[in-house]
Amino acid sequence: MNLTLYVWRQKNADDKGRMETYQANDISSHMSFLEMLDVVNERLLTDGIEPIAFDHDCREGICGMCSLVINGNPHGPEKGTTVCQLHMRHFKDGDKIYIEPWRAKAFPVIKDLIVDRSAFDRIMQAGGFVSVNTGGTPDANAIPIPKENADTAMDAAQCIGCGACVAACKNASAMLFLAAKVSQYAYLPQGQAERTERVKNMLTQMDLEGFGNCTNFYECEAVCPKEISVKFIAKLNREFLRATVKKP
Amino acid sequence: MKLDAKIPSGPLTEKWDNYKFEMKLISPSNKRKYKAIVVGSGLAGASAAASLAELGYNVDCFCYQDSPRRAHSISAQGGINAAKNYQNDGDSIYRLFYDTVKGGDFRSREANVYRLAQVSNNIIDQCAAQGVPFAREYGGLLDNRSFGGSQVSRTFYARGQTGQQLLLGAYSALSRQIGLGKVKMYNRTEMLDIVVVDDRAVGIVVRDMINGKISSYAADVVILTTGGYGNVYYLSTNAIGCNVTAAYRAYKKGALFANPCYTQIHPTCIPVSGDYQSKLTLMSESLRNDGRIWVPIAKGDKRPAAQIPEDERDYFLERKYPSFGNLAPRDISSRSAKEACDDGRGVGETGVGVYLDFADAIGRLGKNVIAERYGNLFDMYERITGEDPYTVPMRIYPASHYTMGGLWVDYNLESTIPGLFVLGEANFSDHGANRLGASALMQGLADGYFVVPYTVGNHFATKGPAGVDTTHPEFKKVEEEVKQRTEKFLSIGGNRSADSFHRELGTIMWDNCGMGRNEAGLKKALEMIPKVREEFWQNLKVLGKNEELNQALEYAGRVADFIEFSEVMCHDALDRNESCGAHFREEYQTAEGEAMRNDNDYLYVAAWEYKGVGQKPEIHKEPLEYENIKLATRSYK
Ligand SMILES: Cc1cc2nc3c(=O)[nH]c(=O)nc-3n(C[C@H](O)[C@H](O)[C@H](O)COP(=O)(O)OP(=O)(O)OC[C@H]3O[C@@H](n4cnc5c(N)ncnc54)[C@H](O)[C@@H]3O)c2cc1C
Ligand code: FES
Repeated sequence: MNLTLYVWRQKNADDKGRMETYQANDISSHMSFLEMLDVVNERLLTDGIEPIAFDHDCREGICGMCSLVINGNPHGPEKGTTVCQLHMRHFKDGDKIYIEPWRAKAFPVIKDLIVDRSAFDRIMQAGGFVSVNTGGTPDANAIPIPKENADTAMDAAQCIGCGACVAACKNASAMLFLAAKVSQYAYLPQGQAERTERVKNMLTQMDLEGFGNCTNFYECEAVCPKEISVKFIAKLNREFLRATVKKP
Repeated sequence: MKLDAKIPSGPLTEKWDNYKFEMKLISPSNKRKYKAIVVGSGLAGASAAASLAELGYNVDCFCYQDSPRRAHSISAQGGINAAKNYQNDGDSIYRLFYDTVKGGDFRSREANVYRLAQVSNNIIDQCAAQGVPFAREYGGLLDNRSFGGSQVSRTFYARGQTGQQLLLGAYSALSRQIGLGKVKMYNRTEMLDIVVVDDRAVGIVVRDMINGKISSYAADVVILTTGGYGNVYYLSTNAIGCNVTAAYRAYKKGALFANPCYTQIHPTCIPVSGDYQSKLTLMSESLRNDGRIWVPIAKGDKRPAAQIPEDERDYFLERKYPSFGNLAPRDISSRSAKEACDDGRGVGETGVGVYLDFADAIGRLGKNVIAERYGNLFDMYERITGEDPYTVPMRIYPASHYTMGGLWVDYNLESTIPGLFVLGEANFSDHGANRLGASALMQGLADGYFVVPYTVGNHFATKGPAGVDTTHPEFKKVEEEVKQRTEKFLSIGGNRSADSFHRELGTIMWDNCGMGRNEAGLKKALEMIPKVREEFWQNLKVLGKNEELNQALEYAGRVADFIEFSEVMCHDALDRNESCGAHFREEYQTAEGEAMRNDNDYLYVAAWEYKGVGQKPEIHKEPLEYENIKLATRSYK
């Protein structure tokens, strides 16, 4: 198939950036979206044009590195799918495809389609852990956990930290990202000791990083490649309430 | 050079405990005077960096992704082994040790493997305490499953995302130490060389991948945890960025490279669909618990699977290895699939694939149970192939997956460069000639959480501070070399992308040093690779400049190292005139096509020393001594 691509090109953080148009001809429907971009890049190189920079690594939907907005949708049109797992069979000959980076104040563009997501790491550093040192931990079966709770914790823990939730949100809120981590620990006995401090510290850091607030549009859930439920945002809100009413 | 593995004396079961007691300690207040560099933030790197920082050492940690959480360990699916014997099915530390040595086809060190089995139990405890949501049974206790090459259920898992959850656990511990200021994390920073002064590793030279700045970092010890080199074949299940650069640079600086020809080709991956293909996707080995592998009995049978009656199917693993069946180890399963396809009985459009069929399991257990066990894998398969594995059998084919070879290390995990430690997939230590499923996660975390915090501490206590900072002329010299090399890539101005060279190299390696090897093929590869190398340095095209984010430039450096490294692999494969584990030399097989090991002549670790680009490296042999296990022909029949 033949496609027309409109791609965001931006030399660096200071450049203003603009859309460029490229032709992608003879694209096989078996290719993944990123393989299509590989082919385009190979042709750009031949023409002496610098290849399009985009983040990617595992190409199997788990590392959270890939991050493209396709026709206005973070990760593209397929539900529950990262862009590296999106295949060209979902497009047709003659399609026009707009490719842009995540757009959010807290995720500044570094180059072309690559953004800086280190704000997520700093949120995790503020409280996304259980404070246990290596060694001296009890036998793993000493603390039974009801299967249901373990499963719910796992539902939340699946977050790949890609940031699509932020990119989709009108307020560029990171609430779903935060909710996933806070909920994982809230459902497990291991997370109880630091439950109060964790939610407060992580939320404070989120505000410091310049993410917006959640006003319940739920676009985040719709684009999340791991389909993490907004019910965890409700859980996060309850955790926060609990933390604020609880006297230190 | 005499290789000293520094294996402690005494009975196998007491070596590690005694050795830990003999090690020298550093008082808590002195620990903060020492610094470790950890290159890599995968399971091995994150666990080591966090554990060392918790002890009070200062740590600088580096990774090439935008966050330590994205290291390639994240993509491990199936699980992690431990000798807990929670299932009461006869497992023990000794059995895990034995299975690992046997699985590795008797080409690993007894003492290292025993220690690995010992600490495996601590790993599960540690991860559970971190809040890793392992799969559980209704009673609330941990669930297990079985994995290739083992007859007990000792594999712990978190749905099909075990690597993700373990890495996020290690990442959480690392994040905590970053927050506390004990670890300084450098993301999007690629190590391009190591610096050795007075026969001691004292630091590294890195490139900031955002602005191209080349700079140096000094420390009292350097720890490489940079993963495996499976991408030498171009197509593999590894992440696109996985590379041999860090390990290869260390090799060029004097670290020996051990057993590079031991590369694991994983039996269950989605087959290649076209020449644009950029990577291959693994379908977890756990699928072999319930899926049955088969091809048609008749050559060239192109009927759809559903129309091939039961008695016209060849369940070749069940037929050849009745006691392990579909759970035969990886090397054996992969070779059997290749044989079937070479024999003209492969399935799918290309004829390069075999079926992995769940019809029986769905009939027996119901679709829901199968969905619960493998739902995300089935979804992934459907996303990639457009076929529904609940109704049509999956098609799979072997692909490069894991590398048992790596930098040579002694019992302390220290390389032949003093002060340079190597952990995880980047070292060669524990898996011999073939790794069993669910053992890499175990090894990476064993190295990082439970081995290196001791052995590095002992190193500090006995050797003292390195006493060298980045003003030392050696740092300037190495920085200059790195800059010149980078400039060179940009100035060649040829016609071909790094990618096209990588593909060419990958084909040479897959054809001649892949699942099957023979003398003629390896010699041919050794003639072809130098030509690729020469053309690379004359005809490479990289646009842009160094002082910016330049992915093509990063890639060129990695491909250059892969090209040189692939020659070492071929030399190693050529030296080893036997078939063992994943190294299958076609000249050495039984009439039935089984591997023929040669313990008289090849019971050694081959450790290669760099002698110059294009020069044959020099081999050093570490004899393997088996004091506890009797060498036997590996049989899974
Ligand atoms: C698809 C897949 C599934 C798997 N499933 C399983 C499984 O179920 N069970 C199991 O036991 N094993 C499994 N494995 C194997 C296992 O995942 C790996 O062997 C293991 O995770 C490697 O961990 P590591 O810490 O050594 O390296 P990695 O996780 O690869 O980490 C390497 C780190 O080094 C950094 N790095 C590399 N080069 C440089 C450089 N030059 N400069 C700076 N940083 C650098 C990277 O950024 C990264 O942080 C699987 C592997 C694959 C490919
Ligand atoms: S590249 Fe890893 S999730 Fe897409």
